[in-house]
Amino acid sequence: MRRGVPSTAVPRFFSPYLASSTHANHASSWATPALLKKAFSFTGSRLFLSGVILFAVFFSSSNVLFSSIASAQSYDMPQGVTEISQQEFALHRMMFWCCVAIGIGVFSVMFYSILKHRKSQGHKAAQFHESTTVEIIWTAVPFLILIAMAIPATKTLIQMKDSSEAALTIKVTGSQWKWQYSYLEYKANNTIDLDYLSVLSTPREQFETPLRAAGLFPLGVASYTGERKSAPKNSDYLLEVDKPVVIPTGKKVRFLITSNDVIHAWWVADFGIKQDAIPGFINETWTKVPVGKEGIYRGKCAELCGKDHGYMPIVVKAVSESEFDQWLADSQAAQKKAKADAANSVDAVMSKDELMTLGEKEYLAKCSACHQANGQGLPPTFPALKGSLIASKPEGLATHINHVRNGINMMPAFKDILSPKVMAAIITYERNAWGNDTDQLVQPKDVVKDAQ
Amino acid sequence: MSDHHPTGFSRWLFTTNHKDIGSMYLIFSFAMFLTGGFMAMVIRAELMYPGLQLIDPNFFNQMTTTHGLIMVFGAVMPAFVGLANWMIPMMIGAPDMALPRMNNWSFWILPFAFAILIGSIVVAAFGGGSAPNFGWTFYAPLSTKYGPPSTDFFIFSVHLMGISSIMGAINVIVTIFNMRAPGMTFMRMPLFVWTWLITAFLLIAVMPVLAGAVTMMLMDRHFGTSFFDAAGGGDPVLFQHVFWFFGHPEVYIMILPSFGIISAILPTFARKPLFGYPSMVYATASIAFLSFVVWAHHMFTVGLPLAGNLFFMYMTMLIAVPTGVKVFNWVATMWQGSMTFEVPMLFSIAFVVLFTIGGLSGLMLAITPADQQYQDSYFVVAHFHYVLVSGAIFGIMAGVYYWLPKWTGVMFNETLAKAHFWCSLVMVNLLFFPMHFVGLAGMQRRIPDYPLQFADLNFWISIGGFGFGLSQLLLLAVVWQACIQRKGKKATAQVWESAEGLEWTLPSPAPYHSFSTPPFIKAATH
Amino acid sequence: MSSHHPTTSEHSSYYVPEKSIWPIVASVGLFVTVLGAANTIQQHTGIVASNTGHYGTWLLATGLAILLFMIVGWFKDTIHESLTGMNSAQLGISYRMGMAWFIFSEVMFFAAFFGVLFYTRLLAIPWLSGAGHTAMTHEILWPNFQAMWPLVKTPDGRELEAMGPWPLPLINTLILLTSGIFLTIAHHAIKLGQRNKVLVNLGICVLLGFSFICVQAYEYHHAYTEMGLTLHAGIYGSVFFMLTGFHGLHVTIGAILLTVMWFRTAKNHFTPDNHFAFEAAAWYWHFVDVVWIFLFFVVYWL
Ligand code: HEA
Ligand code: HEA
Ligand code: CUA
Ligand SMILES: [Cu+2]
Repeated sequence: MRRGVPSTAVPRFFSPYLASSTHANHASSWATPALLKKAFSFTGSRLFLSGVILFAVFFSSSNVLFSSIASAQSYDMPQGVTEISQQEFALHRMMFWCCVAIGIGVFSVMFYSILKHRKSQGHKAAQFHESTTVEIIWTAVPFLILIAMAIPATKTLIQMKDSSEAALTIKVTGSQWKWQYSYLEYKANNTIDLDYLSVLSTPREQFETPLRAAGLFPLGVASYTGERKSAPKNSDYLLEVDKPVVIPTGKKVRFLITSNDVIHAWWVADFGIKQDAIPGFINETWTKVPVGKEGIYRGKCAELCGKDHGYMPIVVKAVSESEFDQWLADSQAAQKKAKADAANSVDAVMSKDELMTLGEKEYLAKCSACHQANGQGLPPTFPALKGSLIASKPEGLATHINHVRNGINMMPAFKDILSPKVMAAIITYERNAWGNDTDQLVQPKDVVKDAQ
Repeated sequence: MSDHHPTGFSRWLFTTNHKDIGSMYLIFSFAMFLTGGFMAMVIRAELMYPGLQLIDPNFFNQMTTTHGLIMVFGAVMPAFVGLANWMIPMMIGAPDMALPRMNNWSFWILPFAFAILIGSIVVAAFGGGSAPNFGWTFYAPLSTKYGPPSTDFFIFSVHLMGISSIMGAINVIVTIFNMRAPGMTFMRMPLFVWTWLITAFLLIAVMPVLAGAVTMMLMDRHFGTSFFDAAGGGDPVLFQHVFWFFGHPEVYIMILPSFGIISAILPTFARKPLFGYPSMVYATASIAFLSFVVWAHHMFTVGLPLAGNLFFMYMTMLIAVPTGVKVFNWVATMWQGSMTFEVPMLFSIAFVVLFTIGGLSGLMLAITPADQQYQDSYFVVAHFHYVLVSGAIFGIMAGVYYWLPKWTGVMFNETLAKAHFWCSLVMVNLLFFPMHFVGLAGMQRRIPDYPLQFADLNFWISIGGFGFGLSQLLLLAVVWQACIQRKGKKATAQVWESAEGLEWTLPSPAPYHSFSTPPFIKAATH
Repeated sequence: MSSHHPTTSEHSSYYVPEKSIWPIVASVGLFVTVLGAANTIQQHTGIVASNTGHYGTWLLATGLAILLFMIVGWFKDTIHESLTGMNSAQLGISYRMGMAWFIFSEVMFFAAFFGVLFYTRLLAIPWLSGAGHTAMTHEILWPNFQAMWPLVKTPDGRELEAMGPWPLPLINTLILLTSGIFLTIAHHAIKLGQRNKVLVNLGICVLLGFSFICVQAYEYHHAYTEMGLTLHAGIYGSVFFMLTGFHGLHVTIGAILLTVMWFRTAKNHFTPDNHFAFEAAAWYWHFVDVVWIFLFFVVYWL
């Protein structure tokens, strides 16, 4: 396991799902089966008492379980690596134990009463029903407890909101269902030109296997997506991306978080950050990963953002300052070169094979989330391309190009996201795959401006 | 007024009788509980293992959305209205609800409203289009610009539900204000009546705001307005403010009547008067008041200014005080009592414990910095199912068992009912307790698939889910035996040894018309 | 209200209607209406591509017809009950309380939109222009946007003209206030049993009500054709039309209610101590008045 990566360091109990079975520790066979047996085996007159015992067993066992697995840092909030995340963790722990204490207090009085003050024990009911004194006490004491809780919470909150004096500023833009990272400013230099998308890299065959697509009782061929496949899963299943966002350690990094379409949320638990990405607004948040905590940190989109909300992970790579400087320079150079290449390649004429191979690859990565690998989409929200008027009829070409360039309805505009070469390849692929046989080839130069 | 019983199906369609209407509400609510529960089962089946098992992600989102909506608006709220219809006139010595025809109208809107919502999910289940898929909170712009066509139908369905609840609430308020028997002063009213009075007030205050929210959605979707669109000067977060201004009082709407039920049951089986009646009333009122100023605790991560976050954190924490008063009063009621543990009592005790657990996790959520980690994780899902399922629903079940003999005239099958209780109790904890841990470990809500680290607990959660679902069939059996087959020994008027209150002075089953001549109340009956 | 304790004799005469077909008719009517409305909207705005067919308008019309049928029938029943003396004083109180709480729910409905207005005006628009903690929102996303109210230039650059308080809105304010005065005179008259005085004053009130609607229609026309102030004109237009539109709808309903009351007065339905319907309509009208006063200050003037 990598260094400084609590969230991925959890034991993975469910070995059958792992690509490389790790036979991880089996702390998971926790109390439940025994409990279940108990729950179902008792009958008879002492029903109630056994119930109380059962209940007590349940709670004590779950508490024990909680503290043991909590200390193993697997089923508790991660402590994280930043000051903020650790303060959040401390608050969480403080609150948790206070609540356990209050719970134990209240429940033990109650269960004592349940055991002692029962008719079957011959207990006679008292008739008191009022006491202003105790009412005042149990109003005032909780109030004081709450004040004690609020003080540290307030302190942390104030600190969290202070994103001033950052060394690096990164704009993070959510869009269905990928993250875009734009490096805006580093060490007071605001001429940085680096900007890329980061998408899930877990291969689709590892998860795209529902028994029933398009509902629970799909009717008709169009809603059937094929036989169940079960590829073994990577250990970072759903937590891996093609290009992580890279930040330096020991520096304050400011994130400007926004969205292009619906609301997303950028959540990296190890930094204690969860910030909603609101279209049309920019929210600020920040982090500072201490030197020595270089490593990979994983997070995910935390706000329901449509179909693939669960497939929108975040990977942050924290590297030392010098490594970061190097990376930043290299990446900018590479991006510059790629842009130049793209500009040159506009005039290139590609063969059908080239277009189709590149097109298929890019289609699967960029388009299949909605239009599906088989081109049948998920109508009506995500229309089918297979056999559609636009993609399978020669006269649909211009519309096709314009939709890809400018977007339509829920589909985003791709003209600033994809190079002409890639757009051309995708369109060619869509027009000649799954039985669409327009036999039209689209070249990069055809897609640099809107078609007529 | 004679005690004649209309018959045939026109009895149900045209009725103005509070008991008939109450029964229809309860039946409807149970049907919705099964429907929403079925959706929960699909959710749990999908989440049993990592990977996409059963359904595609879009359909999963539709399941989550309709599960939440149906449970909230279809199961819990109508159940409370049903209980109110049955019990409030009997408890305050009235002949019926104040506005009987409107009462029937409030009910009959509901099946139509839900026909629209469920219609869209049924169509979607057969592969046609998409039902609402944006969560029960339907945040813009996911529900506006990006919502499926069925959203428009959903909007109108919410309008209908709103009309129904507002009329139901008006009826309750007017009944309580205007129909009390002589001598039934406010401070002599049973707590169930009190909590419902306050609930009704909350309903009338916030349902129109929900109507406003969906209306703005409709305008943004079709008429070019920019309420939730920054490009025109609006703000997507505005939607959340409007929604939660409704939504938070809504969650108390879903718990206050249960508080009232528990406050009725504990004294009966502890054979001891409710402790601190006046403070219970004041606490309920304070909770209702505070519920209007805490809404943004659902929005701690949207980027509110610091002052906003602080204000809403403090106000939210404050709600623990009056709620604590209630819990302490319940415990004090049991203290030094002479308790027996019939089924309503069992559910009530479980309510007190499990609701408190849910409340305490709510308090953890209120700590804004820590909520950065909790928000939109399964920790929240655990919190609200503790307060809703083992809170609101257990409260409803306690009430149903408590009053069932009064309704049917026969004692229900206690063995079966006890089995229902114990199975439910065990399973509900197996279902929702581990959710705290997967949530803390980082599993987000509303996902059809998850990283492998969560696989283990999710398996057990699903087992608990199926178990809890199956346990509810026992409830169905008990109710079937008591209501349809009328099996069981004859119930006395008082039913429970030391039950007190006007409803217990009527014979069991309660006559078709409650108090044709009002009783005179000389002393407190709570 | 709370101190009212009904006596036994009042109770025994509480009228519980036997059976009624109207609630179910009303529910079916609402159902058909909303199905029709949703379909019509999808059909005519065409924003949502769907195959919901073209039966929307017909459904909507049918639904509204059912509702109309129901309203007429239901009110006929209650009027009959009232005229034949089945209603006790206690039932009268129930009706009045019911109406009062209904108006409270309407207040909350409008409160939501006023809330929206204040939120956008005091928070969202300043934030879009970089106030407070949102400097970056301004700098990166909307660098050319300036906060102002009324918002006559949206962040994405749509321009429009704002509706001032003068002359039409002020005229409308005066119309509504005067109508309220006439209504109050009519109300006093009904309590004194002066039927003709009721008819005259209520008549004037109704006419003023309808002229309000005409002025507003003219104002809307002007806004759409000459000021660029439309539903599409950003948040100012949205809030403006939402508030004034729903208010206008309520004025229309109120005016219709009062018209019905005029005819019922003419038919001698009301006595000095039995005129709940009139009172309810009057309350409604005053509520609509009060909302307008708020509107006038908050939407047009400030
Ligand atoms: C019946 C419904 C119900 C009830 C009663 C509550 C009660 C409370 N809820 Fe809950 N809540 C929901 C239903 C409910 N909630 C739902 C449905 C959601 C999710 C919505 C969604 O996003 O889909 C939610 C979400 C939610 C959040 C947002 C989480 C997030 O999304 O990030 C928060 C945050 O503050 C919160 C807090 C609270 C608090 C403080 C209470 C308090 O009222 C609890 C008070 C009770 C106690 C504290 C226990 C008893 C008290 C004592 C024993 C006294 C002594 C105690 C102390 C001094 C500490 N709730
Ligand atoms: C009062 C309200 C209420 C109730 C009672 C429930 C009951 C249940 N809920 Fe609910 N839930 C919500 C309100 C409620 N929920 C809300 C508001 C949300 C948020 C939605 C959103 O995110 O938008 C939510 C979300 C939610 C999720 C998260 C989904 C997600 O984020 O994607 C899950 C996951 O497990 C879940 C599970 C369950 C289960 C297993 C039950 C069980 O208790 C149900 C048990 C009942 C039955 C099963 C029916 C009766 C039995 C039968 C019909 C017999 C047949 C049974 C079998 C075949 C086993 N709920
Ligand atoms: Cu993006 Cu969820
Ligand atoms: Cu809340």
